[in-house]
Amino acid sequence: MISVQGLSKRYARTVAVDNISFEVQKGQIVGFLGPNGAGKTTTMRILTCFLPPTTGSAQVAGFDVLEAPMEVKKRIGYLPETPPVYPEMEVGEYVSFVGKLKGLSGANLRKRVDEVCERCAVADVQKKLIGKLSKGYRQRVGLAQAIIHNPDVLILDEPTAGLDPKQINETRDLIKSLAGDHTIILSTHILPEVEQTCEQVIIISKGKLVATDSVHNLQNRARGAESVVVEVAGRDGTEIEEGAVRRKLEQVAGVSRVLVHQSSTERATFEVESLKDKFIRGDLARAVVEAGWNLNELRPASMSLEEIFLQLTGSDPAKGPAPLPPAEENVPEVNQ
Amino acid sequence: MRNIWIILKKELDSYFVSPVAYLLLTMFGLIFGFFFWNSVSYFVIMGLESQMRGGGGPMSVNEYVIRPLLSNVSVVGLFFIPMMTMRLFAEEKRTGTIELLATSPIRDIEVIIGKWLAAVTLYACMLLFTAINFAFLFRYGNPDWKPLVVGYLGLLLQAGGLLALGTLISTMTKNQIIAGAATFGVCLMLWVLEWVSGYETAAWAKVLAYLSVITHFESFAKGVIDSKDLVFYVSMIFLGLFLTARSMESLRWRS
Repeated sequence: MISVQGLSKRYARTVAVDNISFEVQKGQIVGFLGPNGAGKTTTMRILTCFLPPTTGSAQVAGFDVLEAPMEVKKRIGYLPETPPVYPEMEVGEYVSFVGKLKGLSGANLRKRVDEVCERCAVADVQKKLIGKLSKGYRQRVGLAQAIIHNPDVLILDEPTAGLDPKQINETRDLIKSLAGDHTIILSTHILPEVEQTCEQVIIISKGKLVATDSVHNLQNRARGAESVVVEVAGRDGTEIEEGAVRRKLEQVAGVSRVLVHQSSTERATFEVESLKDKFIRGDLARAVVEAGWNLNELRPASMSLEEIFLQLTGSDPAKGPAPLPPAEENVPEVNQ
Repeated sequence: MRNIWIILKKELDSYFVSPVAYLLLTMFGLIFGFFFWNSVSYFVIMGLESQMRGGGGPMSVNEYVIRPLLSNVSVVGLFFIPMMTMRLFAEEKRTGTIELLATSPIRDIEVIIGKWLAAVTLYACMLLFTAINFAFLFRYGNPDWKPLVVGYLGLLLQAGGLLALGTLISTMTKNQIIAGAATFGVCLMLWVLEWVSGYETAAWAKVLAYLSVITHFESFAKGVIDSKDLVFYVSMIFLGLFLTARSMESLRWRS
């Protein structure tokens, strides 16, 4: 649906996008990930025909952005970082105006306006001036505007920026519900967002493509072997010795490394890494129980995109003030 | 065509939902009314005097009221035009709505013509508003209507050219004040250029005077459509809109 080859964009002194290539299949939701200033917005602007590329080419829905911009524009819905709304217009009036711009008219236009307002949960404010709406509502009006003509491709630039957690969740659900009919590219620097909404990730940093893969594969790729968190406690409140437990765990077949997370006299938590392609959870459980300890917890410690991202973009998590999302969203999964 | 209409309607709505249009209409109406009152009073006094002296034939309303009035209005228009165009593109650039227009299946030139036509329409409304004054003139006097229509046509053409320049300047900045001030400067300059012809007769002075928008209005004020002046205004409109399109295009390559 979207195909980008060797795309570069140079401004007077800076290179915003440097020779990136990627493909997006029909119906996919793709997360476009990168730190601020990585070139996400520039790439999106090229795809929407707002900016011409310096070199390279891009096709959207089979049309080249330079050769057939009108055809491309008919097939994309675009939500820039700040929703492009006119504060002096009413919501319904605005959505209808954009619909007309995109070529809708008559009864079909009225039907679509009602539909998208309903879908983006702005139907109750249709008669309100956009200037009087809160940020969350404006964002949803922006989204309504982007889908009014039922485009093949949706390009959303940081659709959840500046929203409160409830609105963020609502917006994500909305975006997920739009998948299937539409191919969606959404840019963000918030990682859990990608983990939660996207199937495919494109990571760019300083204008260069760093990785492009599915979320699942990326997690596997960054750490080839399985990693398990084990919490061990003494039976009936008896004390345990950390060193002994560690030695026991290291003896289990397929274990490559055991790290101590935290330990006290009652319980200890370890992170156990397996060798490649070894399934060690069962053996670990048995070893702990057979040694007469309690197994409090055993769960796979999959790497969050956050870590992958930092690893790939070369920032040090300890030093780099990475844009951290709210803490509770940082936990990749619960006990399984 | 349809796209031009969509943009034109949107722009007119935004003029008329805000106080902008009403303020301009009121101020223009007041100033025009004052000029009208002045011209008519002067005409009446002159008429009485000439009657008392017992000389001369009947005085022409067209020559003594309408002509000076239209000339004055053409100058007043220069002050109003920046206020009508400064918002057109500067505001869209500031709020980012330009991205919506630029990524919609609509050509730049359609956006430009739509916006310019909206400004021209607003100016036409202002002119129409002043027609009330002339209603009195026709009720109590007996002026010739044809020169009046030509004069109005001239005003509209002159405004069309200046509005095109204002639209061009509005695409060059994100700041409405800058757009307004620059447009005002250009309008004023195009007015005073004519002054050089007062003391200088060299070729360069003729060129400068020719560039002045006021020089070309004189024939219209007399009720004469001179093709040279018509061509001047029409080419000014085309040049302004053409440069606006180029300026919009360069935004994409530069930004």
